[in-house]
Amino acid sequence: MARTLAQKIWDNHVVRSAPGEPDLLFVDLHLVHEVTSPQAFEALRLAGRRVRRPDLTVATMDHNTPTRGGRQAADDVSGKQMDALEENCRRAGVRLYGMGSRHQGIVHVIGPELGLTQPGLVIVCGDSHTSTHGAFGALAFGIGSSEVEHVLATQCLPQGRPHDLAVTIEGELPLGVVAKDVVLGLVSRVGISGGQGSAVEYRGSTIRALSMEGRMTICNMSIEWGARVGMVAPDDTTFAYLEGRPHAPRGADWEHAIEAWRGLASEENAPFHQEIRLDAASLEPCVTWGTNPGQAVPVGDRVPEPADENQERALRYMALRPGTAMEDIAIDRVFIGSCTNARLEDLRAAAAVIQGRRVHRSVQALVVPGSTQVKLAAEAEGLDRVFQDAGFEWRDAGCSMCLGMNPDILQPGERCASTSNRNFEGRQGAGGRTHLLSPPMAAAAALTGHLVDVRSLL
Amino acid sequence: MEPFRRHQGRMVPLDRANVDTDQIIPKQFLKRIERSGFGPFLFYDWRRNDPDFVLERPEYQGASVLLTGPNFGCGSSREHAPWSLQDAGFKAVIAPSFADIFRTNCLKIGLLPVQLPESSVRRLMELAQEDPALPVTVDLQARTVSAAGFSEPFAMDDFARECLLNGWDDVGLTLRHADAISAYEQHRAAWLPRVPTP
Ligand code: SF4
Repeated sequence: MARTLAQKIWDNHVVRSAPGEPDLLFVDLHLVHEVTSPQAFEALRLAGRRVRRPDLTVATMDHNTPTRGGRQAADDVSGKQMDALEENCRRAGVRLYGMGSRHQGIVHVIGPELGLTQPGLVIVCGDSHTSTHGAFGALAFGIGSSEVEHVLATQCLPQGRPHDLAVTIEGELPLGVVAKDVVLGLVSRVGISGGQGSAVEYRGSTIRALSMEGRMTICNMSIEWGARVGMVAPDDTTFAYLEGRPHAPRGADWEHAIEAWRGLASEENAPFHQEIRLDAASLEPCVTWGTNPGQAVPVGDRVPEPADENQERALRYMALRPGTAMEDIAIDRVFIGSCTNARLEDLRAAAAVIQGRRVHRSVQALVVPGSTQVKLAAEAEGLDRVFQDAGFEWRDAGCSMCLGMNPDILQPGERCASTSNRNFEGRQGAGGRTHLLSPPMAAAAALTGHLVDVRSLL
Repeated sequence: MEPFRRHQGRMVPLDRANVDTDQIIPKQFLKRIERSGFGPFLFYDWRRNDPDFVLERPEYQGASVLLTGPNFGCGSSREHAPWSLQDAGFKAVIAPSFADIFRTNCLKIGLLPVQLPESSVRRLMELAQEDPALPVTVDLQARTVSAAGFSEPFAMDDFARECLLNGWDDVGLTLRHADAISAYEQHRAAWLPRVPTP
């Protein structure tokens, strides 16, 4: 029977299957960070077990690393968590790209950058945005700490099959509309639990035309509508991105790999449980008004009338009145960063808007590159100057204000235009208010001091 | 993991949809490297900012079954969320639906995620509001939830149920298939990425 991309990868990784039990899947790549791993390593130790495949495990520090002042700037508890990761990796023989490493960065940014994220792989990480790696045609999903322990010990994970869901997006994106707007537009249409239980494949001409960075932005936010996996079939764009990266196959291996990767795409008549279709021409620059990523509207719209108690609650938290034009919402902070939108292309897109202009005097704006490599590359082309000349702070790589585990947090009541992926209550700091948007839109907000349609500045 | 067979306890109704794991346990508490002690931080901001928050009300103290809205546990994969619920004395969560990773995390630690139709959860919430002392019984053996004048079956796949009933160590189960894992490893293509020990 014709199979989907997800089904092919699944079938290739079944170590054992038995009726009435979940399949036992082999994991090709296990990414580890400091926050969700200490308990897993500890449990392993208590059970007298070893890390089965340190060579398929890679660690970095990202969630609570300071973005200035280096390691010394970390608070005691964060420092302890980083120490624990160092110690655990040392004992287990796991490669760690820690603070000070040229490859340190947000776990979902460094995997692709190192060429570790490849088509056809099963990739897991104790982090819900592991779906990012699906942009390469990998089956990648977030897991909890017990599962991290499971993978460390066995390099496998028992999993029930997801159902297949296709998101087909056709057409050319209108001017000023970027990947982030596509995914915000999608989540606002399907709701934040619409993808539950499914492996999503994004396809269609719009997706094909996107860069790897854009595809990563979309796959990254698959979890924001509840999907287990979000993926794009590998193609020439994928291969061009991977070629020559540190861990990409070389020489004859590269040829073998390409051949295998080309065979992964969903077959013509492969059955999907469901298909969602979207017309690219209908999309606009988007921004969220509420406290989940599905509560988004085109920036030219107004704050909607609440449809239920949950929306009322969201409006109360956000201190917004229905009917207010989104563009009339003044902001205090701008955050350009996170695994959704802090790759080089994102920084370039924001810098293009900012070039030669100044951050509004009432705004404090921050750029946090997704990885140390992104930071170095951006500096090599002078983007740091563009940002700093405009009045942005230019920081070291990490998750930073995406979740505010480090000192980069919003104060209660502060309102932030953010390129991250979650606008949950308190996500960026207790009492803080988050509006999710794209890097160019965040840049525009920084310049004007309020939410604004970036197209008016182009 | 402790086996879960049958639990009787009182309910607390948290009548909200899409409760995300950032609310269940805010990020500032994720810095601990221990697995225990997260109970006091459960719903930290809501407890602190809303004096009337349902989990703070005296009549619901000691409740061990959480009733809540659809898509409970969405967002971050942090297992700290079910740890904090368990640490605060909860044995089961009843909701119309759960986010996938959260549900899996619950199953791994023996906190029972029970999915019931929205109308049934609503009915239980009413019962818990009328009489906060009312006991509910969650029976995994029989796959039923029952309280005064209420009884309803719930679905739970056989394998997950078996693991919970026996309190099986899931890593141990997989390690029984070490031969199959080794056999699989032998056949993996040599060009697949590896990061050898430094
Ligand atoms: S950047 Fe944000 S969403 Fe991404 S891994 Fe870090 S904390 Fe999670």
